[in-house]
Amino acid sequence: MNSNTPPSTSVAAGSVDPSAARRNSKRPKCNLLSLAHCISAIPRFFGFRFPEKMMPDLRFTVHPAGTSSLQANSDTAMGLIQLPLSVQVISAFLLVSIVFIPIGVASLLASHDVVEIVDRYDTACIPDSARNDKVNYIQSPGNKTCTRNITVTKHMKKPIYVYYQLDNFYQNHRRYVKSRSDAQLRSNGSADDVSSCEPEDKSNGQPIVPCGLIAWSLFNDTYDFSRNGQQLSLNKKGISWKSDREHKFGKNVFPRNFQNGSLIGGGSLTDSLPLSEQEDLIVWMRTAALPTFRKLYGKIEDDLQVNDVVMVTLENRYNTYSFNGKKKLVLSTASWLGGKNDFLGIAYLTVGGLCFFLAMVFTVVYLVKPRKLGDPSYLSWNRNPGWH
Amino acid sequence: MPGGRRRKLQLSKIYSFRCGRSSFQEDHSQIGGPGFSRVVYCNEADSFESIIRNYMDNYVRTTKYTLITFFPKSLFEQFRRVANFYFLVSGSLTFTPLAPYSSVSAIIPLIIVIGATMVKEGIEDWQRKEQDVEVNYRKVRVHRNGGIFNYKEWKNLRVGDIVKVGKDEFFPADLLLLSSSYEDGVCYVETMNLDGETNLKLKQAVEITSSLYRDWMFGDFKAVVKCEDPNANLYSFVGSMEFEENQYPLSPQQLLLRGSKLRNTDYIYGAVIFTGHDTKVMQNSTDPPSKRSRIEKKMDHIIYLLFLILLSLSFIGSIFFGIWTNEDHQNGEMKRWYLRPDNSTFLFDPRRPVMAAVYHFLASLMLYGYFIPISLYVSIEVVKVLQSIFINQDIHMYYEETDRPAYARTSNLNEELGMVNTILSDKTGTLTCNSMEFVKCSIAGTAYGHAFTEIEGALARTKSNGYNDNELPKVVRSSSVKGYNFSDKRIENSSWVMEKHADMIQKFFRLLALCHTAIPEVDEATGKVLYEAESPDEAAFVNAARELGFELHKRTQTSISLHELDLVSCEKVERVYQLLNVLEFNSTRKRMSVIIKDEEGKLLILCKGADSVMFERLAKSSGKFEEDTREHVNMYADAGLRTLILGYRELEDEEYRNFSKKLNEVKNSISADRDSLVDGVIEEIEKDLILLGATAVEDKLQNGVPDCINKLAQAGIKIWVLTGDKMETAINIGFACSLLRQGMKQIIITLDTPEIQVLERAGERPAIIKASKESIHHLITRGKLQIDRSLEAFALIIDGKSLTYALDDDMKDEFLLLAIRCSSVICCRSSPKQKALVTRLVKAGTRKTTLAIGDGANDVGMLQEADIGVGISGVEGMQAVMSSDIAIAQFQYLERLLLVHGHWCYRRISTMICYFFYKNITFGFTLFLYEAHSLFSALPAYDDWFLSLYNVFFTSLPVVALGVFDQDVSSRFCLQFPRLYQEGVQNILFSWTRILSRMFNGFFSAVSVFFLCTTALELQAFNQDGQIADRSILGPIMYTCIVWIVNLQIALSISYFTMIQHLFIWGSIAFWYLFLLAYGAISPGLSTNAYEVFAEALDPSPTFWVTTLFVVVTTLIPYFACSAIQLRFFPTYHETIQ
Repeated sequence: MNSNTPPSTSVAAGSVDPSAARRNSKRPKCNLLSLAHCISAIPRFFGFRFPEKMMPDLRFTVHPAGTSSLQANSDTAMGLIQLPLSVQVISAFLLVSIVFIPIGVASLLASHDVVEIVDRYDTACIPDSARNDKVNYIQSPGNKTCTRNITVTKHMKKPIYVYYQLDNFYQNHRRYVKSRSDAQLRSNGSADDVSSCEPEDKSNGQPIVPCGLIAWSLFNDTYDFSRNGQQLSLNKKGISWKSDREHKFGKNVFPRNFQNGSLIGGGSLTDSLPLSEQEDLIVWMRTAALPTFRKLYGKIEDDLQVNDVVMVTLENRYNTYSFNGKKKLVLSTASWLGGKNDFLGIAYLTVGGLCFFLAMVFTVVYLVKPRKLGDPSYLSWNRNPGWH
Repeated sequence: MPGGRRRKLQLSKIYSFRCGRSSFQEDHSQIGGPGFSRVVYCNEADSFESIIRNYMDNYVRTTKYTLITFFPKSLFEQFRRVANFYFLVSGSLTFTPLAPYSSVSAIIPLIIVIGATMVKEGIEDWQRKEQDVEVNYRKVRVHRNGGIFNYKEWKNLRVGDIVKVGKDEFFPADLLLLSSSYEDGVCYVETMNLDGETNLKLKQAVEITSSLYRDWMFGDFKAVVKCEDPNANLYSFVGSMEFEENQYPLSPQQLLLRGSKLRNTDYIYGAVIFTGHDTKVMQNSTDPPSKRSRIEKKMDHIIYLLFLILLSLSFIGSIFFGIWTNEDHQNGEMKRWYLRPDNSTFLFDPRRPVMAAVYHFLASLMLYGYFIPISLYVSIEVVKVLQSIFINQDIHMYYEETDRPAYARTSNLNEELGMVNTILSDKTGTLTCNSMEFVKCSIAGTAYGHAFTEIEGALARTKSNGYNDNELPKVVRSSSVKGYNFSDKRIENSSWVMEKHADMIQKFFRLLALCHTAIPEVDEATGKVLYEAESPDEAAFVNAARELGFELHKRTQTSISLHELDLVSCEKVERVYQLLNVLEFNSTRKRMSVIIKDEEGKLLILCKGADSVMFERLAKSSGKFEEDTREHVNMYADAGLRTLILGYRELEDEEYRNFSKKLNEVKNSISADRDSLVDGVIEEIEKDLILLGATAVEDKLQNGVPDCINKLAQAGIKIWVLTGDKMETAINIGFACSLLRQGMKQIIITLDTPEIQVLERAGERPAIIKASKESIHHLITRGKLQIDRSLEAFALIIDGKSLTYALDDDMKDEFLLLAIRCSSVICCRSSPKQKALVTRLVKAGTRKTTLAIGDGANDVGMLQEADIGVGISGVEGMQAVMSSDIAIAQFQYLERLLLVHGHWCYRRISTMICYFFYKNITFGFTLFLYEAHSLFSALPAYDDWFLSLYNVFFTSLPVVALGVFDQDVSSRFCLQFPRLYQEGVQNILFSWTRILSRMFNGFFSAVSVFFLCTTALELQAFNQDGQIADRSILGPIMYTCIVWIVNLQIALSISYFTMIQHLFIWGSIAFWYLFLLAYGAISPGLSTNAYEVFAEALDPSPTFWVTTLFVVVTTLIPYFACSAIQLRFFPTYHETIQ
């Protein structure tokens, strides 16, 4: 507040004649808290009563003679409606366990319903001869086709999602994340908007579409699935978020000068397709949160039976060997809760159980040794006197 | 009203002008020299000479800013704070490519926060501005020309103008008094606004100009005043006036200061000497020493600690970043080729990893800025202002009688009110009302007056140790006259004439009616006589004399007229006494005298003074009542009354002539020790007095003081009373206000021992000092031993003389050690300086919060020295209030101020600050954890706008609501269980353990949120469509968890819910969802990663809801369980009460 009241202010204050001072009495008027009170009065108006503890204590109440209805003072009803704290604590723990255990069971069941097959192929797809220098192998041209056989352990209902999983790949590196141009992806007119895309902004002076490191390092291993020699159809439509397809990647934006430079990063794009239809790119451009991540590759729109052997013909092109990244192929179904992860279910059960245990412990403690409220012998300063 | 009634009255001689006219010759030689260069051409403000001097105009500005300076100056003020400056620097760094987030999102919260503070500053300044305008546009009559006076606004006054000021008007500038409605050019001014003294001061014009008492006379008035330059000394003025070719010296006696008011005088004419900011009052207006609360100082330390954390986290990150960046490109091989390390910009350049690390360090300094709560200062300021409003608006601290609510002049110290360890209190006017009542007297050895004082009552109550008031006599008010509570049939209604010593009684009351400086004022409406007295004591005496038949009704410069009862005829007659001299009261003399000549031509000296000085001035022969009177005086002192001894002596003409001559001589001398010479001369005549008797005046205890002190003592607050009273009076007041209790052992330190007195009589100073010191040292050591041996409560009583020695450097520590082990301390006979020194000693010695409370100008030092100064807006003017931090009307409100408001504010602010650090650590540390998973590349986990609005929208209001409304227990329980207050005194809620545990909780929450979220969402599909939780999904989920957690955490800390808390807490959470929805709905160009993230990805996915629920509850459970365990096994006091 006005801490350095200058003398002239007092002059001003002093000039008020006494009768005027009487008239403009400085008696406190309740203004701010009446607001608090008014708000709290609304529910009461509709017949709802708050526990007294929730009412504001209008400790600077209005005129004693005035509207005394505003004088709600919680002092009077203190502790009448309120439950003892011990009961509150126990019931809180109980409530948590009652809510958590069912959720935990449900999550666990959902996770158990999901069938997930993971196949690591980064080393396996390199010929034994080249395993000493995987980087050289992957960087040298030539056919890198590789075949993997995956045995289905459990019945898998369609749709079966196909993911690739990379490891130790920092899609969340700042340089990487920032190296894109959203404007350029969105509309044809902004093709020149490549300033943020360094160093993959231009090729031979021409802007690259899509520019930037993310697009440049597009994942380009490909998978083909067959069962018993029969091609399994892989649906690559709808693997990206709808909002991305429709609003972030333009229908009239076509790749230009892509993977044109001296150094080829990852996969290339079909120049004739607009970006909004290049869903592999859209999925890839949505950067992963953590260095180990999966990305959706496609959907198998067929049920897989137990002991089916799925043959995967894959082109092992993508270089994760430089940074010792693993590559995995994942086939998975999805429940209402998504993919397979027991963590949530177990965690829910653990916490729910723990809370139940705590509730029991507290109940026992309170039953065995109830504490008298207001007993001052518990006070720290009564135990070690000498403060006075 | 030009040419009003000229009263044939020369009041100037009532007062002996001590700093008289003849003593300033030496000063006057300086006029024209450096520091004395001002030349004022009176009545010629338009002349060339006046214009070239270009003195300031009379516009007074008390605002901190002007329209032009507001922005730069207030911005500068803002950025002087370390945290704000940090945000400014990091905000400007965001414009460089280093920035981990967009500059707009970094700048906007800063703008909001700084803007809020500036708006607050602006509003405060606007209020000041309005006051300024009101003052500056007041009107005053100014001489135009040809003797015509016109109204002019104050701000347009110029140096040299002649103004006419009417009765009860304020002086618009520092004026040179030229003449007044009185013939001798005197006028009365009230200087309450300047020095807080309520008595009127007399000013007198130079004789030569005092004849100009009509408007037309100023038509061709010309004078040149040469005087000192503007300065801040209120009591000095050196100048000379050249008028009609003659020089006249000017003194402070002619200077009317701006800020004071004309009283009892119809009008005055004056020449403007100093205007605007040159006036003495403006020169004097310095900012009061700004006090900061302990908590705020500690908060600074915590902020430094946070900076340290921030720096070390950045440093760790930079080292890792440097190493990893270096790895990326070695021997021409690229490790993380997708980052193109071969073609890298400066920030990520693997060829210069050290530079990259340095750049990263800067970037992460920006990123981890979220550790520092940007909105902390502004929130605290807002909360404190609101808390102050609560204090100001508290009806329980409103005093109807004087129409004064409590007023927190500064809101900085609210929480400090909850930590007070020691209260240092003034007595008069603070514990007592400072409205004196004449209750008893002892005349010629007979005690009169039956009134039973409150203090006697309280004493009797404490002695009988019960609460059965019924058996005890009640305090009866016998009279409706203010300051008079005397009842004795023997005296009242003129029955005193029947008494044995009727002549003595007559002299006694006549002395009361004559020996004073009060001025009678006849109320024309009622015909009653009212008195304008310098002190309440004096008013009580004059009133008592009037009530008992000695009515002072007129006072002139040389005479005093009384209506009194003639002893022989028993009729009321008017007697006129010639007033020859007034020998004024001062604190060293401790007495005052008048010399009068009665109608029979007898010369009398009438003297009244403190017993300590009076008894030694009594004539040896007159000792017959002395013993009785002494006994009565002691009895009165025991009853807590203030006593004065009255005496008189008849003077021989010869003796008086000698005295008068000598007095004039020394008064006109210029030597430095003039004052002591004057005292010496006066001393010679004030001797061999004949004892008349003693008066006893009661200074009544204020309402509720004993209860209040009792409560404060129960709250464990130590109370020291620093008073100017005698030891006996002080002890009795101590008992009366339950500061001292019967069971307490008293340690009395005094120098009134026979040995010291012998030495004093011998008068060898070094010996006295040595002996005094030894004696005090001995007493202190003995006191300490006593305390060591006993378990009882102790009270320390020390007198002013001993205090002088006890406060010496070599002894003060010992004294303090003794004093802090006593539950109450009374320092009697202490001077204002000593009060301040004691305050400083306690403050520095105990390192705990001290609160000083006082009402008078003599307490100002103490109030400013203490951590908190509380002023009582009482009778003794506004000086104490002006220098206080909080003003209350009555001492008893201190109880509520400390135990309720102090306790609450302390709790609120400390909880609030702890919470602020908690919430920002929770948020900031998740950023660090995420960064650690992104190669320390300074990538924030959240969208830019989530980042920047965290402090501003989603977490700011609940904590403000907590700071304003939270109460652990209701006010009634606060008062019922005063020990609650110890929480603040021992600073339990803001101890380092508590702060660090809250911070730890923050780190824990962050770790919990990050790892639980990432584990729950890792790898597998996030929804039924097989989509994966990518960066744009993980961020909002973690953020949602944090918003829930920090808001629920505050819900757990709040012990008192109103609708506002509910609204803010749930509103903040709801607002986050709404924001996410709205932000996602705007075009993807603006919302980038957050585009439709809630509507499309989060909301339809059960995983989102299940994960949020789990993370939030799991993160809160440890805290909840810990509090439950602590509540069960180690409850704090307030929890016991809850």
